[in-house]
Amino acid sequence: MRLSETQRFLAPKSGPTNFGRIIANLNIDGPLLGGLLLICVFGLFVLYSAVGESNRLLMNQIARLGIALVAMVVVAQLPPGFLRRWTPWGYVAGLILLVLVLFFGEVGQGARRWLDFGVRFQPSEAMKLAVPMMTAWYLHDRQMPPKIGQLLIIAILIAVPTVLIAKQPDLGTSLLIAASGVIVIVLAGMSFRLILGLGVLAIPGALVLWNFMQDYQKQRVLTLLDPDSDPLGAGYNIIQSKIAIGSGGLFGKGWTNGSQAQLEFLPERHTDFIFAVLGEEFGLFGVLGLLALYMFVIGRGLYIATQAHDTYSRLLAGSISLTFLVYVFVNTAMVTGLVPVVGVPLPLVSFGGTSMVTLLAGFGILMSIHSHRKLLPH
Amino acid sequence: MSLLSPIKDHHSERRLFIGRAILASIVSLVLLGTVIARLVQLQVFDHELFAEKSQGNRIRIQAVPPIRGLVFDRKGRVIAENLPAYQLELIPEQVDDIDDTLARLAGIELIDAADIPRYKELSLRGQRFKPVTLKLRLTDEEIANFAIQRPRFPGVDFQPRLVRHYPDGELVAHAVGYVGALDTDDLQRLDKTRYAGTSHTGKTGVENSFESDLHGDAGYRHVITNARGRQVPASSSDVLESLPIDQAPGPGSNVYLSLDLDLQRVASNALEGRRGAVVAIDPTTGEILALVSAPSFDPNLFAVGMTSEQFGELQNNPDRPLFNRAVRGAYPPGSTIKPMLSLAALETGATNLTRKSVCIGYFQLPNDEHRYRDWKPEGHGPVDLHDAIAQSCDVYFYEISGDLGIDNMHDYLTRFGLGRQTGVDIVGERPGLVPSREWKRNNFRDRDDKRWYHGETVIASIGQGFMLATPLQLASAAAVLGSKGVRYTPHIVAAIEDPLSGERRMTMPERLPDVEISNEFYWDNVLEGMHSVMQGPRGTARAVGMGAPYQMAGKSGTAQVISIAQDEEYDEEEIEERQRDHALFISFAPFAAPRIAVAVIVENGSSGSSVAAPIAKAVMDEYLGYGASNATQ
Repeated sequence: MRLSETQRFLAPKSGPTNFGRIIANLNIDGPLLGGLLLICVFGLFVLYSAVGESNRLLMNQIARLGIALVAMVVVAQLPPGFLRRWTPWGYVAGLILLVLVLFFGEVGQGARRWLDFGVRFQPSEAMKLAVPMMTAWYLHDRQMPPKIGQLLIIAILIAVPTVLIAKQPDLGTSLLIAASGVIVIVLAGMSFRLILGLGVLAIPGALVLWNFMQDYQKQRVLTLLDPDSDPLGAGYNIIQSKIAIGSGGLFGKGWTNGSQAQLEFLPERHTDFIFAVLGEEFGLFGVLGLLALYMFVIGRGLYIATQAHDTYSRLLAGSISLTFLVYVFVNTAMVTGLVPVVGVPLPLVSFGGTSMVTLLAGFGILMSIHSHRKLLPH
Repeated sequence: MSLLSPIKDHHSERRLFIGRAILASIVSLVLLGTVIARLVQLQVFDHELFAEKSQGNRIRIQAVPPIRGLVFDRKGRVIAENLPAYQLELIPEQVDDIDDTLARLAGIELIDAADIPRYKELSLRGQRFKPVTLKLRLTDEEIANFAIQRPRFPGVDFQPRLVRHYPDGELVAHAVGYVGALDTDDLQRLDKTRYAGTSHTGKTGVENSFESDLHGDAGYRHVITNARGRQVPASSSDVLESLPIDQAPGPGSNVYLSLDLDLQRVASNALEGRRGAVVAIDPTTGEILALVSAPSFDPNLFAVGMTSEQFGELQNNPDRPLFNRAVRGAYPPGSTIKPMLSLAALETGATNLTRKSVCIGYFQLPNDEHRYRDWKPEGHGPVDLHDAIAQSCDVYFYEISGDLGIDNMHDYLTRFGLGRQTGVDIVGERPGLVPSREWKRNNFRDRDDKRWYHGETVIASIGQGFMLATPLQLASAAAVLGSKGVRYTPHIVAAIEDPLSGERRMTMPERLPDVEISNEFYWDNVLEGMHSVMQGPRGTARAVGMGAPYQMAGKSGTAQVISIAQDEEYDEEEIEERQRDHALFISFAPFAAPRIAVAVIVENGSSGSSVAAPIAKAVMDEYLGYGASNATQ
């Protein structure tokens, strides 16, 4: 059955309340929005403590959150079909910007990541969405599971932006972007034998990668293996964040009372290491609370993926949800000293604008997929 | 494209996807489970370890500097103390506009506009939370002035601290020395633990040589700091209670000097307006009773800190107020060594008690035209040893010099303590110089210069030529003469007192090997000659000693100023003044059992007996109870 836009707007789909009606008519998914907002609000509390109770930085973050939410709502209005048609153009434009960054990008913190067209932005952020979209676009019309030849083409589609970003150098982002593409093909049904085979191949690959790594990246890996070898240098972050989290105990030291965070022992405490502030001030229960919210959002995203009506939507929704999980895992594992420090922020909690816009825009796509599904032909 | 692809089976594709999604969920749960397990490990099992580490992280040990020991004179009067003072400090990270703040501070005349660039550099260089001291000692007026305006100067405040203070600064400057701010050399030399938190250290005088006693031991306290080491206020009392126990600093020991402030004042007043030095010693112990070098300076300037302009003024002053003439000034001793040479000549047989010279006003070596002149052009006539000392006849000593020889002179003068450091407990002492053949051989390059000439022996016999002695050495030698050969190492610190228990550790007089003269009559005769100098009918200083209520002995000396330094410029009058001979005098009293020995040097004072001798007498009068201050009591 088809409804005109007007009918759809007038006829309540779900939710008995006016609020439910409004967000439904805005193509917003209530549970997803609720989960995301809870994470953001919790994040703002942690951030307020991490920035030393600075209202200026907090307001800055709230403003960025506002912009990101608007982006999410706007993206949610774009039907998946429309997104799919524009995907290749977006991907190519993203690649061009990445190349431009390598030549004209602005240098900050030893890396060339930004472009300045009046507004400064990182093209690599856009690629976080463009790569899984492109991969899903390529597989959309094809028979699942994908064949070897198709996988090779996809491998190139993923590898080009990954290498360009790794050259900035931004190892963390490039790995996350590669992951978002790989997740698409795994969800598309790539055979386990192939996955296993590639896993075996990954070992010599890692050795090759090691040779191409920058010294600071090698240092991070070595430091992870033995943080105490360089307690005031590269190991300092990990040591201090473990102290912060460990000293938090079950219930934490209380909001704004974390000595590690407040006395500035914890570096990067409002950006990449904000999870340690959470662990110190809110304890294990606070950390589990946040992880539960993340799990809820990811679970809802996967549910939306399973309910999607076409290949493109399904793969994209699944990839966005699982990439989000990768973000959460890499950041928390890095802050707790399980994986090397790769510079991945804690999604929706760490201070910083661009990544929040990308993340919520991604969830906007999920919402669009979910609310537009009945309008698409089966 | 879709035509080329096989028909898509949406249902199987969805099943495949759901399978994969479930698998992904499981992997997700495993990954998050790993993180959660890690969190449990850190936050539950290792919690205590990390809690301890975080505590250790924020508690820092901060040094608490000890209170410096006080310095007293022999009668318990304060020479050096510590006074609370307020200093003006600026904390760079709390100041928004450093230029503006400094300019406004200069505007209300709290700092000197010329120092602004220096303070700015200091503010930008150090750690941003560490205070920069703008002014060490604020006057009451400045404190009041700033207190009113304090709200206009965020980040600037005054802090109390203890400042070394010398109530009679100029009077004791060269004896007690001064403390000054630690410099790079000090930081390398001193024990870092003991000096943690200390800002000043003894630079000269007793302040320097007894630094280890005066300083005390640093204590420490625990403070809560942030990662950059900045102290932060404790937020709750339970945090403070959990801190380990602090260690109070051990205060520095008090030092009692043998110096007598009254005597010091008399000596200082007597030297008023002159350049010179007075040293008075107790011959029975070696205790220094007075030690004055004129002109003096205010040691408080160093303790409080002065501008480079002030320091330049002190350093470039042609009268050299910073120069400690008493222990570092090396002067030709002139005739003051004649009593010692007399003993040497008697002991070695170069002369005897009955030998007489006929003084005709000059002396000539055989086969030499050169006339070695007596100070009295017309001559003294026939003189024996006693007369030669009393009248300071040069010709007598010229005549016996050949038989005595330079090496015997060197030997005996060295026994009296000349030519080497006395070992006094004041740093920077000069050894002076008593020449010998060996010395000349070792210290000259040309062969001709390495030789010792007879003429050099002749002038050495009246304390001229190469010979140099410090006022301290001459005072010490006078003490040895007065006590007939008993020697003590001169010292200025009489006792060191533990400020907590009040227990005093007295400095034991360090007795040195006596100057042994085989015949007691030699002593008697030479000392009688010195007695006659002051109280005999023809003594050189009889004008000074006549009519005194006690018996005294002395010997005048006059040292030729060979040349003035070429790089100094003076007006004509000045040149004349500075070309005059140095006036010297050594003396002791009471004659029978000396309690005080004094050496006086007045630079360009012309006459030992008429310029230096009255100063020595004034000091002895005061010490023996006949001084002006005693008369008024």
